[in-house]
Amino acid sequence: MRREPPRGLADYAPLAFPAIMLVVFFVVPFSTMIAVSFFQRDAAGFYSPAFTLDNYERFLSAFFGNVLGFSIMLAVMVAVVCVLVAFPFTYLLSQASRRVQIVWLVAILSVLSLSEVIIGFAWSTLFSRTAGITNLLVMAGLMGEARALTPGFGAVLTAMVYQALPYTVLVLYPAIVRRDPTLLEAARTLGASPLRAFLNVVVPALRNTIVATLIMVFVFALGSYLLPQILGRPQHWTLSVLITDQAIYQSNMPFAAAMAVFLVLMSLALVGLTLLVGGRREAQA
Amino acid sequence: MSGLELQDVTKRFGDFTAVDGVSLKIPQGTFVCMLGPSGCGKTTLLRMIAGLEEPTGGAIVLDGGDITPIPTHKRDFGMVFQSLALFPHLNVGDNIAYPLRIRGIAKAEQRRRVDELLAMIHLKGYGDRPVSRLSGGQRQRVAIARALALSPRLFLLDEPLSALDAKLREAMQVELRQLQQQLGVTTIVVTHDQREAMTMADMVVVMGEGRIRQAAPPVQIYRKPADAFVADFIGSTNLIPLGRDGTLLGRPAPGLALTVGADGGKLSIRPEDVQLVAPGAGEFTGTVTFVRDLGGTIETFVDVGGTPVTAVATPRERPGFKPGDAVGVTLPLQSCVVLKG
Repeated sequence: MRREPPRGLADYAPLAFPAIMLVVFFVVPFSTMIAVSFFQRDAAGFYSPAFTLDNYERFLSAFFGNVLGFSIMLAVMVAVVCVLVAFPFTYLLSQASRRVQIVWLVAILSVLSLSEVIIGFAWSTLFSRTAGITNLLVMAGLMGEARALTPGFGAVLTAMVYQALPYTVLVLYPAIVRRDPTLLEAARTLGASPLRAFLNVVVPALRNTIVATLIMVFVFALGSYLLPQILGRPQHWTLSVLITDQAIYQSNMPFAAAMAVFLVLMSLALVGLTLLVGGRREAQA
Repeated sequence: MSGLELQDVTKRFGDFTAVDGVSLKIPQGTFVCMLGPSGCGKTTLLRMIAGLEEPTGGAIVLDGGDITPIPTHKRDFGMVFQSLALFPHLNVGDNIAYPLRIRGIAKAEQRRRVDELLAMIHLKGYGDRPVSRLSGGQRQRVAIARALALSPRLFLLDEPLSALDAKLREAMQVELRQLQQQLGVTTIVVTHDQREAMTMADMVVVMGEGRIRQAAPPVQIYRKPADAFVADFIGSTNLIPLGRDGTLLGRPAPGLALTVGADGGKLSIRPEDVQLVAPGAGEFTGTVTFVRDLGGTIETFVDVGGTPVTAVATPRERPGFKPGDAVGVTLPLQSCVVLKG
């Protein structure tokens, strides 16, 4: 089908609704946040309009730099672990019968109905000394005595992976189901064992999907602020925790806005870098 | 025996029997075309030979050794898939080198072999191109080169040319046949295109409903079809019912009476063997119902006492019959084949 270029104003009319939605729900709030990030905090009230770079200046310290670095590192790890777990899982799921697939997908979807708070407290119970999974290991004779696994980095990572995994599976599933099954068969007739064929044909052929999924989970994990507080120590708190702290408990909206802008910029930069690297490999292939 | 032997190979999917006790001997170096309508089990049979499906019963024997339990990746076969299955993330050269890389062959040797294969498929210098920048015919050749990279013991192709347009397909058929003769590799092609089978094969295997209906050289399949299914599937034919008493079109046919069983049968005669002569001069008399003049050939549809008979000839051989003309029809005995059922 050949598309005619739009001519009159009427041809652009279908764009009006999405454009309005985008302006109302994205452009306006985001611009407000950027504007506020240059405002001055008013200790007595809330904030007063001004133009100051103090908020950004304050952010450029070792402390906030560390927190930003940790937030990004945590989000990257969550993304990588999620894809490492979800990819083989979804692949095996795609080979199961239709009924088995439906049961699994419904189960995975039901995890999405759990709130972050419930997930956090469920894991904090599971990782506790008195009622946690270490008691099972003790019973099995694998461990001397029960101990608490929370608070700690492992607990934060586990719960965040648990929370993001359903999304990962649901994003990977369509691409994996629709893949060309003869690629794997061709590799096998050419002499590759099933595992080898999977690693050097199936995975690379789905590289774009994998990169897109990594980015999605990364962005998703970057905004997490409840789980690090429930399951982590203060050094495991992400930038989102500090933003909430500044905005709500310290009433320093301009500084919170500045941190949020910084976080958005950093994640945009990382996503751009990933796409750039992916694109260059594409050009070589 | 040197070559491939199928011994009572069967494949069932639940209640459905896709391949039903197929036995066949294919001598080393033969070009075999498996031909049949869709759903006749030909692709399933090929996939079992490749090891991609496990037979429910029977054995597949290559050069005297039973290969049925050997997994696909240890069979050293080359296979071309209908979808071609070129690896999208690898360039042309890396696609062809894949089976060599898997076996840990030295890089320099890989490169030498890839260049050799690229020359063989007339794509010299295409090694660094991405697969997505090739035309349909070029992809086809890359898939063939990749399957041949290791000098396979068996060369299997599943509907390899079905994605190409008619002209290119005919050219590729000739090319594929020449390549196979040059390499002397035992080759099995699955196709539903009987022209393709006639062009390439030493042996045509016609399959229907999971069984082999006939396995013979192409000309024999065409001239001496084993049953009505084969006669009808290979080329077009006139299937004329024979009377119980050995009559043909209401007349006694002395030469045929002996071969027809009690339950009657059918006579198959190719349209180009039917002779149309002046009214009264032939064995039978009929009326022309329709003439299709295709330029190169003329198809004449004749009604002989209620039975339709089609005759094909070149314009030089047969000038001017019009619909409604009375015409004499002769069916030369030596061109007729009597089929049971």
